[in-house]
Amino acid sequence: MAEIVTLRQAIADLVRDGDTVAMEGFTHLIPFAAGHEIIRQRRRDLTLVRMTPDVIYDQLIGAGCARRLVFSWGGNPGVGSLHRFRDAVEHGWPVPLELEEHSHAGMANRYVAGASGLPFAVLRGYLGTDLTDHVRPITCPFTGEALTAVPALRPDVTVIHAQRADRSGNIQMWGITGVQKEAVLAARRVLVTVEEIVDELADRPGAVVLPSWVLTYVCAVPGGAHPSYAQGYSSRDNDYYVAWDAISRDRDRFNAWMAEHVLAAAA
Amino acid sequence: MSETSTAAASAGATGGPMWTADEMMTIAAARALRDGAVCFVGIGLPSTAANLARRTHAPRLVLVYESGTLGAKPDHLPLSIGDGILADTADAVISVPEVFNYWLQPGRVDVGFLGAAQLDRYANINTTVIGGDYRNPEVRLPGAGGAPEIAASSREVIVVVRQSRRTFVERVQFRTSVGYGSGPGDRERLGLRGKGPTTVITDLGVLEPDPRTCELTLTALHPGATVEQARAATGWQLAVAPQLRRTPAPTDEELATLRRLESTKGRTAS
Repeated sequence: MAEIVTLRQAIADLVRDGDTVAMEGFTHLIPFAAGHEIIRQRRRDLTLVRMTPDVIYDQLIGAGCARRLVFSWGGNPGVGSLHRFRDAVEHGWPVPLELEEHSHAGMANRYVAGASGLPFAVLRGYLGTDLTDHVRPITCPFTGEALTAVPALRPDVTVIHAQRADRSGNIQMWGITGVQKEAVLAARRVLVTVEEIVDELADRPGAVVLPSWVLTYVCAVPGGAHPSYAQGYSSRDNDYYVAWDAISRDRDRFNAWMAEHVLAAAA
Repeated sequence: MSETSTAAASAGATGGPMWTADEMMTIAAARALRDGAVCFVGIGLPSTAANLARRTHAPRLVLVYESGTLGAKPDHLPLSIGDGILADTADAVISVPEVFNYWLQPGRVDVGFLGAAQLDRYANINTTVIGGDYRNPEVRLPGAGGAPEIAASSREVIVVVRQSRRTFVERVQFRTSVGYGSGPGDRERLGLRGKGPTTVITDLGVLEPDPRTCELTLTALHPGATVEQARAATGWQLAVAPQLRRTPAPTDEELATLRRLESTKGRTAS
């Protein structure tokens, strides 16, 4: 059963230096507040896993929390580059960043394998590309077709944001739910931040419900996905994503912004 | 900047209607989408072109975004592939593993719509690194995203990209997504089921693979653009089709619709 705790306690207990941490949310429901708490608690040497690193990982990378990044698309959606990510790869600032990169289909299937308790997943993909360092060719035992095997992802911790939880810690999310169910079921420990905790999870068409007993901690963090959004609660703050481009281009400006907006803020 | 504005400048100089080279490119890309097709849409120019097509000649175009929104009908241009308007207007919202495994992989997508940072004569695409080597690149690009499997499994692929020597190279430095590999027969040998890139639309014109050699060949020029410009913006000996077509100029309706659409980009729904 998941325990309902504060965000500060959840990060302190669940995320350790050197851990492999997946924070998922495909444009929607990105757990920004939890990422900021990891930065405030100054975790180091993390292997960060995420299909689309987005501004949240740009902030964690720029703050020096990451040693390695496992990903499939590292940009600011609709805006351009992630400048802290680029600075880390191109110049090793503030610390060098190792990369393990895949395609979206590969990453999604790696989570599926992790969630399924399998060592790998199989797909038609990667064939003929230069993205094959971390995958292996595999022949279908029935048809002889050439396919690709991708290794399972098993994060130490998966962190997601959902719309709501009930008082027993069952969580419910809807709208674009990306790869979050698979990322949760693939992980050893799970933190879910939610917009609100309610007495009863009313039915929602198309909602994904994850039972309390596959989660570790649930935290009420209203607005915890900002500048991403929570359908039914908030809209994507596109102006923030656009503004991030200039903030993140310059190391000093980035540091000043983080000091004011993340480090000085209470959890 | 200079090479993208050349075509528009010469069109304007003749006293014709004014449009930018990017507008011509977007309109040409929109026209390439047939009504009723299922289109896997990336963000940026492909999304703009697909939404323009849906408002002009292709109202039944099915837009699939990798965020899992099938049949999205946004009333304004989304900034990201996961803006709320896409989920609100979709026929179905599905998980990301489903998008790739159940919808793209089995060949349910007619047209994959891709951009490129580098493109070579066999239409292979690089969106990963430029300059230096992989571990120490001069420019680290966003990477693969959905593109490798879109390029492999869509029935056909349309690439939209501004033409310049920096972008149109003899051989891509990193092969993120496969076009025709090293030439004829490569896609079949690799087991790639889709036809591959059938049309490359640039700010100067249109390139299509030669049916025999698979080499990208200039088959159309946009109004005001010349063969010399296209050759100068290509990093290999560009072949030119004997029957070179001229892209019809944008209509007033296309331009007005595109400009109206662009003005709504990233608008946050109230």
